[in-house]
This record gives sequence, structure tokens and C-alpha cells, in this order.
Amino acid sequence: MDLAYWLPVIFAALMVISMFAYVILDGYDLGVGILLEFESKTQEKDKMIAAIGPFWDANETWLVLGVGLLLVAFPMAHGVILTALYLPVALMLLGLILRGVAFDFRVKAQAHHQPLWNRLFFVGSLLATVSQGVMLGRYLTGFDPGWGAWGFALLVGVSLVAAYALIGASWLIMKSTGALQQRAVVWAQRSVWFAAVAAVLVSIATPWISPRVFDLWFSLPNVFLLAPVPIMSAALFVVIAYSLPKLAQRQRNGNDNFCWIPFAATVGIVLLSFFGLVYSIFPHLVIDQLTIWQAASSTEALKIMFFGAALVLPTIIGYTIYSYRVFWGKAGELSYQ
Amino acid sequence: MPTDALLDPLVLARIQFAANITFHILFPTISIAMGWVLLFFKLRFNKTGDDKWMQAYGFWVKIFALTFALGVVSGITMSFQFGTNWPGFMMAVGNIAGPLLAYEVLTAFFLEATFLGIMLFGQKKVSNRMHTLATVLVAGGTTLSAFWIIVLNSWMQTPTGFEMINGQAHVTSWLAVIFNPSMPYRLTHMLIASGLTVAFLVAGVSAFQWLKGQRQAAVQAALKTGVFLAAVLIPLQIFVGDMHGLNTLKHQPAKIAAIEGVWHTERGAPLMLFALPNGETRSNDFAIGIPKVASLILTHDLNGEIKGLNEFTEHPPVAKVFWAFRIMAGVGMLMLLASWLAAWQIRRQGEPTPLVSKLLIGMTFSGWVATVAGWYVTEIGRQPWLVHGVLKTADAVSNVPSGMVLSTLVMYLALYVFLLGSYISVVFYMANKAGKATA
Repeated sequence: MDLAYWLPVIFAALMVISMFAYVILDGYDLGVGILLEFESKTQEKDKMIAAIGPFWDANETWLVLGVGLLLVAFPMAHGVILTALYLPVALMLLGLILRGVAFDFRVKAQAHHQPLWNRLFFVGSLLATVSQGVMLGRYLTGFDPGWGAWGFALLVGVSLVAAYALIGASWLIMKSTGALQQRAVVWAQRSVWFAAVAAVLVSIATPWISPRVFDLWFSLPNVFLLAPVPIMSAALFVVIAYSLPKLAQRQRNGNDNFCWIPFAATVGIVLLSFFGLVYSIFPHLVIDQLTIWQAASSTEALKIMFFGAALVLPTIIGYTIYSYRVFWGKAGELSYQ
Repeated sequence: MPTDALLDPLVLARIQFAANITFHILFPTISIAMGWVLLFFKLRFNKTGDDKWMQAYGFWVKIFALTFALGVVSGITMSFQFGTNWPGFMMAVGNIAGPLLAYEVLTAFFLEATFLGIMLFGQKKVSNRMHTLATVLVAGGTTLSAFWIIVLNSWMQTPTGFEMINGQAHVTSWLAVIFNPSMPYRLTHMLIASGLTVAFLVAGVSAFQWLKGQRQAAVQAALKTGVFLAAVLIPLQIFVGDMHGLNTLKHQPAKIAAIEGVWHTERGAPLMLFALPNGETRSNDFAIGIPKVASLILTHDLNGEIKGLNEFTEHPPVAKVFWAFRIMAGVGMLMLLASWLAAWQIRRQGEPTPLVSKLLIGMTFSGWVATVAGWYVTEIGRQPWLVHGVLKTADAVSNVPSGMVLSTLVMYLALYVFLLGSYISVVFYMANKAGKATA
């Protein structure tokens, strides 16, 4: 086996997996942060936070791993990508800092400061989400300096807000009961349309703006081989839109069956989007500029990290599952007892 | 020209990184040792069944959570800034820094973040044994995290175990990289610094509660823990600091010359108590020193020779290193005085006098001052090198326009001032509230 060929591929795959884990996991808690603004009662806000309390810290660690892998496995690309994304990265960090600390400060600060921390939690979540979308948009256009490319990046930024709101609402449907759960169903019903429109727009805009992506998707026979990706995504959107009113009806009768369907379907959509993204870009790390082999660290360094990752990642997945099992079921009141 | 200097991207990038790392280090410094103090509370409770230990745990775990959150979010900033501000660093030494950072994230970061959830919110959901184990894992995780970061930092100070091929470092021995000559000293020095920071934080906040009339057993237990921990650690730290200094003299003599303000190689060098190192005249203004003591400390010989800055074509900026060192050492002396005084009073009469309590309150965050000053000594003392003898700081900086660095710098600074103010006021607010709730 040729390590110089395979190790960069493996690390690229690991990076994609951690980014995927990040988008799902921090996606739902960023989404809950965004939805916080739409809930007026403090008590309900507390319940929303309780639904993400034990997890957000570990969720964010997947971002550190993803960016960390880019940094350590593909140092050339790391410098190029992050200096090109300087401003959205700074804004995302600002957002993540604000929401991360607001999460803790809001329960500990003086009562009259709590509305401020709640607001900062929302602002931070929104800012982080939009910045991440803009980063993705800038990345997809190969950091093209033109206005069109920036407009596209903003479009992706707004789309991601819809996507995170959807996955956040789906998470709350699973983790809550009563009035909050019903609110979450309404939020999901609204954001699913935004998310669907956004998905369509991004799917059109990406090949529009990048000729390379256009050729990859719309040449024969690719167009037929790839057709299942958008079709399955559309089907999953329909599943969500169709299941939500039924869920609401069932829940009014105290029946909580299938409350996991919107979340699972959203995860499916994100998975398909990731497939589309990776297919469009691989084997490049910076589109049309840098391949994973050009950007990779030395084979010895990758080998050392590979042993570590092979040993440790299963452990991490193991105790992550354990932690989710400990906090399985509906979120209770968040207390340190 | 001052305006040009202010818009120099290198200067701006350095100020920004310094601001971020200064803000970041405050929180791991607390969480590393706080994890073990919490474990101590928990183990005391498991052993004695006395509820005061669980109350102390319950109060301090909240401050731990707050501290941890600030550490995590500011740490994420650091991981991005390697790329945004210093792309040359990873390009030159990525083969060494990369795996070390990867091992930190993989072995430590996930561990602490995941079990923190169980430690904070899982007490009723898991067995007592599992909850204790979660505390062990969080404390172990933060310490392991510190280990990897210190390994990397020490390697940047005293690099070994590699060869340069086409401007890139390639590892020849991982053992030599990890156990580089300054690592054991630096790690010990940092871990004790963390212990002292937490000891004074716990002692200061508890003294505040004590003085406010919160005389419950939990406050007393925490106060004692803080004071005695400080009293035991500070002499240890002075001893380890001295050994660390000797190690630096061996490997980075220019840094020692800057610390001591020795411009010209001399025998029987005095220990400077006060001086204004002057880079223009290459001498010290208004120098007050104790004759021969610097030589005695560093060479264990009254007439030992100390190499001066004149021996090095390039050396760190003297005044900054010189004063940062004196602040660190000065705070250390104050720590010795305060903790021994308080420990003596507690042993004799069971509680500190109001005056000593106030002293302890005043020193609540003294560990931060000493730690940050110490980091400045070691980091500024390495300049103009980023990796000693391998990579210059100026060669690692990114060519991002100054305007962007300046605007984000202003943003970060405003944010940090706001968060630091919030952190300190919330800690004391919680201390106040904790008493009202249980009293």
C-alpha cells in the first residue's frame, strides 16, 4: 500500500467526518440558540438551554478536531484557506465566544443581567452560523473576489441559518414535552420551507458560479448517476414537512411516537449535502488550486497521527455515546445536582 | 515612525496573538488545578460523608464550569489563529507541532469536554462512583491537555530531535522532541503555577465569604484548603523556578541576560532590584542591585561569570523581559508572605484575622498576574525567534492587510475586557449569593 497516497486520503476523510459531526451536533445547539429569540418566556428558554446543556462543549470540540486536522494534516491548505477567510473566521469566533460564555453566565449572573446574556446567546449563535455559511460560500467559489461570489457567500450564510434552525427545532421536538415541544413543531414547520428553498438556491448557484462543479454534475453519464442525491434530499424534505402536522396531532393526544423523524431526516439531508460537496471538490482542498497530496504534511507526521487517531477515535466515539445515553430522553431541569 | 510601526502587520499580529494568548491562558491556568481540587473535595466527601465537602464541590464546580467555558472558546480562537496570523509556523515546523496538537485534541480535549457534561449535570443520573470517575477524567484531561501544549512550547524554546530538510523540520526522534531539555522544568513550573492560582482564588473568594459573615463549614473547609495548598506550593515553586532558571541559562543565555539586565559579560553580577534597562545606551538607568547575588543564584559562585547581552548579535527586548520577571518574582514573594501568615493564623486560632482576610481577597487573582508575567518572560525572552534558532517570528507572519488585523484586534480587546470584567464580578456575585442561599 502506498502510504504517501493513502494517508492524505484517510485524513481528508477524517476531516470530512469531523466536519459532518460538527454540523449535525453543533448545528442543533446553534439552532436552539437562534430559536431562543423566538421564545418569550424565561422558563421555556431555560428548558431550551437544558436540552443542549450537557452536550454543547463536546459538540464544539468537533470543530476543533476538523480545523485541527486541516492544520496538522494539510498545513499548506490551512494557511491559504484561513488567511483567505480571515474576517468571517474572526466573526465566527466572536459568535462562538459570545454564545459559549453566555450559556454559562446567563444562569449565574444577577437576575437583571439575564436578558442581556440571553440576547448575547442568540446574537452569538446567529453570528457564528452566518459566518460559517459565508465561509463555506467563499470556499466553494475558490475565494473569488467578485461581488457575485460574495453575494453567493451571503446566500449560503442565510441558508445555513435556516438549516440550523430546522435541526435545532427537530432536536427540541425530541428532547422536550408540552408547550415547548409544540412550539418546536411550529418552528420546524417554518424553517423546513426556508431550508428547502435555501437548498434549492444553493444547488443551483453552486454549479452556476463554478464551471468545474457544473461539468462534474451535468455531464453524461454523471447526471443520471447523481440524480438520486437531489431526489433523495427532496424526498426527505417531504418526509419532514408531512410528518410535522401528524406529530403535532399525536402529541396533543399525549403520544410521543416517532418524535425523532424530523431530526433523523434532517441528518439524512445534511449527509447527502456533504456527499454532494465532497464529490464536487475531491481531490482538491482549495478548489482548482491545491490537491490534498500537495497540501499534506510529511508521511511520517501523518503516520504518527494516524496511529493516535486509530487508537483514540473509537474511544472518543464510545464515551460520546455513553454521555448521550446518560442524558437520554427528555431534558429535565438543568441543575448541578 | 510611530504610525508606521502601529500599522506594521508583524507588530499588529504579535499584539493580537499576545492579547489572545494572554486572555486564553487565564482560564486553563485555573481549570487545570481546579479539577484536582474538586476531586479532593469529592474524595473527602466519599471518605467522610460530611456534607460540607459536597457543598464546597457544588459551589466550586460552577466556577469551574464558567472558567472551562471561557477556556474552551478562547482556545478555539487560538487554534484558528495559527492559520490566520502565523501560516509560516505550520509550514516550517508543522511536522512536529501538528502531531503534538493533534494528540492534545484527541487524547485530552474530547475527554474533558464530554465528561464535563456528566460531572456538571449528571450527578443524579449516574452512580456516585461514576460521578467521581467523571471528575477524575476531567481533571486528568485538563492536565493532559497542559502536558501536550507545554511539550510543544518547550520544544519551541529548546528544539531537539529533528533535522531541517528544505526549510521544513522533520522528526528524527519523537522521544527527543517530547522530552526536550526544558520540558520537565517548564511543565512542573506551569502545573505548580496553576495550583497556586487556584489556591489563591479559592482562598480569596472564601476569605471574602468569611468576612461577609458566611461562617458555614463549607466555606471554612474551602478557605483552609486554599490557604494550606498555597503555603505548601509556594516554596516548592520557588525551588522549581530556580532550577528552571538554571536550565534556561544553559540553553537560552540571552534570555537570562535580559532577565538580569546584564548588558556586558561580568563576574560577580549584582541582582537588580530596580533598573530601567535602556536599549539606546545599552545600559541600566537608576540601577539598584545587591552585589554578586545574581552570580550566586545562577552559578552558585559569588564571582561566577554571567554572559551579557553583548555576546549575542540578536537578543530579546530587555526592559519587557526584565520587568515581567520582577513582577512574577515579586508576586511570588507576596504569595509566600500572605499564605504563610494566613496558614499560621488558621493553625493558631482557627481563622484568619480580618486584615489577613483582606490581604487574601486582594490576592484572589494574584496567580493570574504571576502566570501571565511568567509567560511574558519566557515568550518575549525567546524573541526574535519563534522556534529558537530555527524560525524567526517575522518569517511566520501572514500577509493579511494591517487594517483587517487592526479591526479584529480592536474587536477582540473590547470583547476580552468585557468578558474579564463579567467573569470577576460574577465570581464574587456567586460567592455572595451562595452564602445567602444556605445561611
